[in-house]
Amino acid sequence: MAKVTVDGIEVEVPSGASVLQACEMAGKEIPRFCYHERLSVAGNCRMCLVEIEKNPKPVASCAFPVADGMVVKTDSPMVRQSRRGVMEFLLINHPLDCPICDQGGECDLQDQSMAYGMDHSRYHENKRAVKDKDLGPLVKTVMTRCIQCTRCIRFAQEIAGVPELGATARGENMEIGTYVEKALSSELSGNLIDICPVGALTSKPYAFVARPWELNKTDSIDVLDAVGTNIRVDTRGSEVLRILPRLNEDVNEEWLGDKARFSLDGLKRRRLDRPWLRREGKLVAVSWPEALAAIAERLQGLSGARIGAIAGDLADAESMVALKDLMTGLGSPNLDCRQRGEKLEATRRDFYCFNTSIAGIDEADALLLIGTNPRHEAPILNARIRKRVLAGSFPIAAIGSTADLTYGVEWIGTGPAALRALLAGAHPFSSVMSAAKRPMLILGQGAVARADGAAVLAAAWQLAGQFGMLGADWHGFNMLHSAASRVGALDLGFLPGPHGKDVAAMVGGGVDLLWLLGADEIDTGAIGASTFVVYQGHHGDAGAARADVILPGAAYTEKGGTYVNTEGRTQRTAAALHPPGEAREDWKILRAFSEVIGRPLPYDDLVAVRRRLGEAHPTFARLDTLPRLACTDMAGPAGDSGGLGDAPFVPFVADYYRTDPISRASPTMAECARTLGPSLMQAAE
Amino acid sequence: MLSDKDRIFTNLYGLHDWRLAGARARGDWDGTAALLARGRDALIEEVKASGLRGRGGAGFPTGMKWSFMPKQSDGRPHYLVVNADESEPGTCKDRDILRHDPHKLIEGCLIAGLAMGAHVAYIYVRGEFYNEAARLQAAVDEAYDAGLIGRNACGSGFEFDVYVHRGAGAYICGEETALLESLEGKKGMPRLKPPFPAAVGLYGCPTTVNNVESIAVVPTILRRGAAWFSELGRPKNAGTKIFCISGHVNKPCNVEEELGIPLRELIERYAGGVRGGWDNLLAVIPGGSSVPVLPREICDTVLMDFDSLREVRSGLGTAAVIVMDKSTDIVKAIARLSQFYKHESCGQCTPCREGTGWLMRVMYRLVEGRAEPEEIDVLEQVTRQIEGHTICALGDAAAWPVQGLIRHFRPVIEQRIAQAKARPMSMAAE
Repeated sequence: MAKVTVDGIEVEVPSGASVLQACEMAGKEIPRFCYHERLSVAGNCRMCLVEIEKNPKPVASCAFPVADGMVVKTDSPMVRQSRRGVMEFLLINHPLDCPICDQGGECDLQDQSMAYGMDHSRYHENKRAVKDKDLGPLVKTVMTRCIQCTRCIRFAQEIAGVPELGATARGENMEIGTYVEKALSSELSGNLIDICPVGALTSKPYAFVARPWELNKTDSIDVLDAVGTNIRVDTRGSEVLRILPRLNEDVNEEWLGDKARFSLDGLKRRRLDRPWLRREGKLVAVSWPEALAAIAERLQGLSGARIGAIAGDLADAESMVALKDLMTGLGSPNLDCRQRGEKLEATRRDFYCFNTSIAGIDEADALLLIGTNPRHEAPILNARIRKRVLAGSFPIAAIGSTADLTYGVEWIGTGPAALRALLAGAHPFSSVMSAAKRPMLILGQGAVARADGAAVLAAAWQLAGQFGMLGADWHGFNMLHSAASRVGALDLGFLPGPHGKDVAAMVGGGVDLLWLLGADEIDTGAIGASTFVVYQGHHGDAGAARADVILPGAAYTEKGGTYVNTEGRTQRTAAALHPPGEAREDWKILRAFSEVIGRPLPYDDLVAVRRRLGEAHPTFARLDTLPRLACTDMAGPAGDSGGLGDAPFVPFVADYYRTDPISRASPTMAECARTLGPSLMQAAE
Repeated sequence: MLSDKDRIFTNLYGLHDWRLAGARARGDWDGTAALLARGRDALIEEVKASGLRGRGGAGFPTGMKWSFMPKQSDGRPHYLVVNADESEPGTCKDRDILRHDPHKLIEGCLIAGLAMGAHVAYIYVRGEFYNEAARLQAAVDEAYDAGLIGRNACGSGFEFDVYVHRGAGAYICGEETALLESLEGKKGMPRLKPPFPAAVGLYGCPTTVNNVESIAVVPTILRRGAAWFSELGRPKNAGTKIFCISGHVNKPCNVEEELGIPLRELIERYAGGVRGGWDNLLAVIPGGSSVPVLPREICDTVLMDFDSLREVRSGLGTAAVIVMDKSTDIVKAIARLSQFYKHESCGQCTPCREGTGWLMRVMYRLVEGRAEPEEIDVLEQVTRQIEGHTICALGDAAAWPVQGLIRHFRPVIEQRIAQAKARPMSMAAE
């Protein structure tokens, strides 16, 4: 620890900290452009200059280490003059086009020029103009506004792991770019927009759409993958205009994946905004009572065994518990959430959760990836792995089809054969895992969504036990989901009950009435013609196309829904706006239907539903926190690892930009898939 | 005046053989093994005692710089890097050492390497010095073949390798940390300090970067003794120095002289005097393009050493004396320097990236007088806003010539502006 005096305030800071950190601890705000606490220190903007006693020159506080007894002045004439000078330099070649700049209102340069800028310009020469670069469909560039802070370069290199940005030329001709013009091949590229302190990098789809002060801001959760990224939904009127990340150190730090950020235009397209009923093979618009009556009519005389329900990837826990209660009331054990036949086992929570926790990755010292491509299935989590890799000594082996994960990985096989080799200790990586103190493995859905999935699950658990991943203070067995609803569904037991049918059996004619709660990933073409399909959801996707009755639901931005992320962390979305047209919140639809058939569900408001959720599983009563899991029971899942097949693992997410009804309806995501899809596919090969 | 027996660079003009045989005849590589046998601490103490100050421009005591290297290696190798990226306008001393006396440098590398526990020296040669690099490489090869460096350097048991690396022609790569970046294969941009190279330098290892001349004089200092060297020159400004005299003199030349020689004596004795006589002198830039210009009145009496020049608010720099007679358009001359610094700014940090262009543009307007008188003050303030606010010294180097100009030649600029205002509009527009 070092004692530092900042403007007369004495603070103790860890030795090795920077002067800027010391100033912040003393409550002094230091202006900065290039410094970002999650990136390496560049020290080039010179805005954070402070005076240090006995130092003749001002120093860049972001890069200067503290020393014991240091006396720092952040508001001396020297400091003020230095900052004014730097601000003037930054502005002489800046276009000052704030009125037409999308950063206006949330621009660091704008804000800080209020404090340090002059009221007029002393620069009477021509300003520099820089040619704009094309960085793909997401990031718009106005390079003349660039102040060369190099945050974007460092972000791409360090966090995103795609060293595609750089600075060419020197002096005042220095430009940021990709050298050979190309779209950024990162799933995190949208964060460049947040990280750019000026309006050089802005959102292309959001260009000229709104000013920040016009927007209503709602804190919510992203549901387009299973990470549960914390987001802020910005709306104006009845439109979601922007989605930004929120800080959550345990989940997403301050990053957000491109799909979560940019598929919001899908929320306006292909929406189901009124009930529909199929009459004589054609869907016709009907009223709510008509639609519900049609289902009630079809339900008459059906035994519970001939009714089934499938919960989709975006379903909130409230609607799932309502649907489960409804089905149970009707005597149906036919429930399932594993749309693509994932052999998940819900007998114990640590068989299907990311037990290490996302933040726990920082503590691991070896990693085995099985049948997963975290870059596509959970880019935020992948960035966390990369962060751990950069910290050093983190050997990673992977089994599955090779892909560029943005960090070095040893590919030790494509299928279960490699698992067998590891189990037998025959592979050199076995000794790496054995030597590790806190090894972890990540099992992807691609490894369990197959005929021998149960065997793979069992084998993975066995590996975890063998390599000391299951301990009293460390749980290194991790299931990485790609659906936001999945862990919640498994917690609720949204699975076939005794003699219940699973997805394949239900689709294959096992039921006469099939209730799809936003289930679009199943093979709808295989549903028999005689099966009466109720589709409850918000987008006209695969499920709605096959439906006999369509009940329009609410998307995640339109309802307060509870979701459990892959770690088992319970979080809630908040309604940023109302569902469109006649669409309703999903649990309310089910509650209304229960009334129609005379079996009313015992809850009338959201609070009561959530009380019911809390009864169903304690995790729903434990919001936002995650108890550290330890493995106390070594007994594995029911599958037999002897049943491993030979087929190679195939990627579970084929196209990162189009995984769900929302992103499939999004023109921006379609554009991304067109621009970046092929190269991503190539990288995966 | 320096007597011939006290000259270190006895082949400065390339009149003799530069190869190993010739170098040996002039006393190089004589008893090097014995010098090495004195050991690390003794060598550093001797260099400290000699009062040798770095010859690259900043004048930091060389022995002290060496002593910053960790005494015990923590497992990381130590590196000696020789800065032969001589690019300062007006300076051409290292070039003559490289091509005429390369063995002095190589021998100096070996001794300096031992003194700082480095087994490897990299000599970073300016990209444009193609022939010089080739000759230096030939000399290195000779030294290897003769067993002077290599596995068992001079039979001392000390292993020492020398690598010659050619730069790509960027002035900024003469800044020591930018040089290290460039040597590592990256874009030449100065690093933040601290950490200093002695702690984290080349490839993250302890490194000392020295100028060619600083290293090349070391063997002779050790052979003749620190006392001999420190008696030359003036107190705290010991020894001899190569001066590069260029510009409006009758015989531009490089010459080795004692530090502290009067500027006027230097120019008149060695460079044949100012063109048209001393009275025709307008100004002198005494230490390479980055130091402030001195007007004639100061040139009459000033002594050429670090401290004397600092007293007159200029600097010795690389001791490149640029002489300008009264035919010179001093504003244009300094504007040209501003253009140079604008061109060579690496673009990393704000004040230098934006400020050098501003300086250049205003300077070129001042050349024609297209400005308001108060802009001179703005220009002065801009130089103050650059100076001391940048990562490396290039910002300072860009600011100082303009400051020197305003300090000593403000009336010239004002007159220029007044003349331009007096001109009819049609002419002014042209």
